[in-house]
Amino acid sequence: MSEPIIVIDHVSMMFNIASEQLNSLKEYFIKIASHELFFKEFMALEDIDFTVNPGDVYGIVGTNGSGKSTLLKIIAGVLEPSKGSVSIGGTIAPLIELGAGFDMELTARENIYLNGALLGYSKKFIDGCFDEIVEFAEVQEFIDMPMKNYSSGMVARVAFAVATATVPDILIVDEALSVGDFLFQEKCERRINELIEQHGTTLLFVSHSIEQVERVCKQAVWIEKGHMRMRGSVQEVCTAYRSLENEAH
Amino acid sequence: MADTVHSKQAITRNSKKISEFQHNRFVLSSLVSKDFKLKYRRSILGVAWSVLNPLLMMVVLAAVFSFMFKYSIENFPLYLILGTILFDYMNRATSGAMSSIIDAQSLIKKIRIEKMVFPIEKALFELLNFMISLIAAAIVMVYYQIPPSIYAIWGLPLLIFFIFLFSSGLGLLLSALSVFFRDVMHLWGVILTAWTYATPLFYPYDMLEGWMQQVMMFNPMYHYVTYFRDIMMWNTNPGGMETLICFAMAAATFLIGFLVFRKTEKKFILYV
Repeated sequence: MSEPIIVIDHVSMMFNIASEQLNSLKEYFIKIASHELFFKEFMALEDIDFTVNPGDVYGIVGTNGSGKSTLLKIIAGVLEPSKGSVSIGGTIAPLIELGAGFDMELTARENIYLNGALLGYSKKFIDGCFDEIVEFAEVQEFIDMPMKNYSSGMVARVAFAVATATVPDILIVDEALSVGDFLFQEKCERRINELIEQHGTTLLFVSHSIEQVERVCKQAVWIEKGHMRMRGSVQEVCTAYRSLENEAH
Repeated sequence: MADTVHSKQAITRNSKKISEFQHNRFVLSSLVSKDFKLKYRRSILGVAWSVLNPLLMMVVLAAVFSFMFKYSIENFPLYLILGTILFDYMNRATSGAMSSIIDAQSLIKKIRIEKMVFPIEKALFELLNFMISLIAAAIVMVYYQIPPSIYAIWGLPLLIFFIFLFSSGLGLLLSALSVFFRDVMHLWGVILTAWTYATPLFYPYDMLEGWMQQVMMFNPMYHYVTYFRDIMMWNTNPGGMETLICFAMAAATFLIGFLVFRKTEKKFILYV
């Protein structure tokens, strides 16, 4: 087996609850004076440790607020972990909340270039796959219309098309497919499967729909209240996770 | 299979390192062109406003100030427009940069990106507008038949570089501070207004009392505005010493802004 493509090495993430709400100097000094600063801490993730091999398809499940998105953000390099480290061996395409960086005043054409630039594409690359993006998003007739006139489904289609225009080594999908109609969701799943099967892309997939996780993924990690509760094949993990759901009911 | 994946990684990682700078340049140019398009979209005169605006401002200010005070400044409108467009550049660049990180929060939270591009982009975008408003200054110079001095050949590019460095340094500092303390955003407007009046834009430097002239030496904007007028209307060589002072002030400001930004940028995401 080759070297792992993602190494998550004893990662902990601690948020400072107090500091998150300080928005003015006055509050800051009051807190300092009353020694309240830096005292309230919240462990979003504690000692998460696992590796992902190239071509693995991982689902991440867990209840709300368990730290799934935090973990994905750390892997994507957006957040810096408080303890531990993450090393990545390849390019990442994050699909964390689609359409970040779209400017709704601009046309779809302008947005494709802008978003592509932000995601790290070169101008030449976007020129090359522009038609493909437009075709996938099915917005040919509206390409020169400001995106504020688009429906949310259309926006999501464009965003997804731009984000998956490249063939990344690692694809991170966080609830991205919960928007759009079922046709679009199917299309996205097809594209993701194509990346996995034909290009050997590694996938990290977060979804609230366990069925979707079971359909797309082969392995899974269950994160609960910041701790890794289980890791294994997707059937095992999802069965265990479901039993928790039944407990709650 | 394993081997091919591995070599592909090595290649992408390598080419990524090389193109990091290129990529940031592409992001910068994309953002500047976005701002540019948005600024002039749906206005009939479009870019012409960047020329018209300083001219109209100059007319208003010249009317007010030559009526209220009887200053003995030759070619007062030119004196005014040179000072105001340069100061306006700093004003807009720093104000734009200050909120740039907060405005880009949706991006910063979701994708890995060099955060410095946002404040720098604002300084660059405003620099473009400043260049366009130089046409307004040129029009006034033609009207009064004052040619720029020979020193402008090297002085103007240097000055543009200094003011850009100075403004982006301040912008970096303000953008980082405003993430942690939104008070900065309210305060900066007041400071800018005070600074506008503390810089000889509308009145002559000689009018100031002795001690105020001393204080003025520490005002970078005074140095830049004077430098600008020296080369553009007074046919004066600002000299090596003054050039050095202007550069040192810009470099020091940039360095402070850069260091504060680098030191704090990892925490931005927790506060925006």
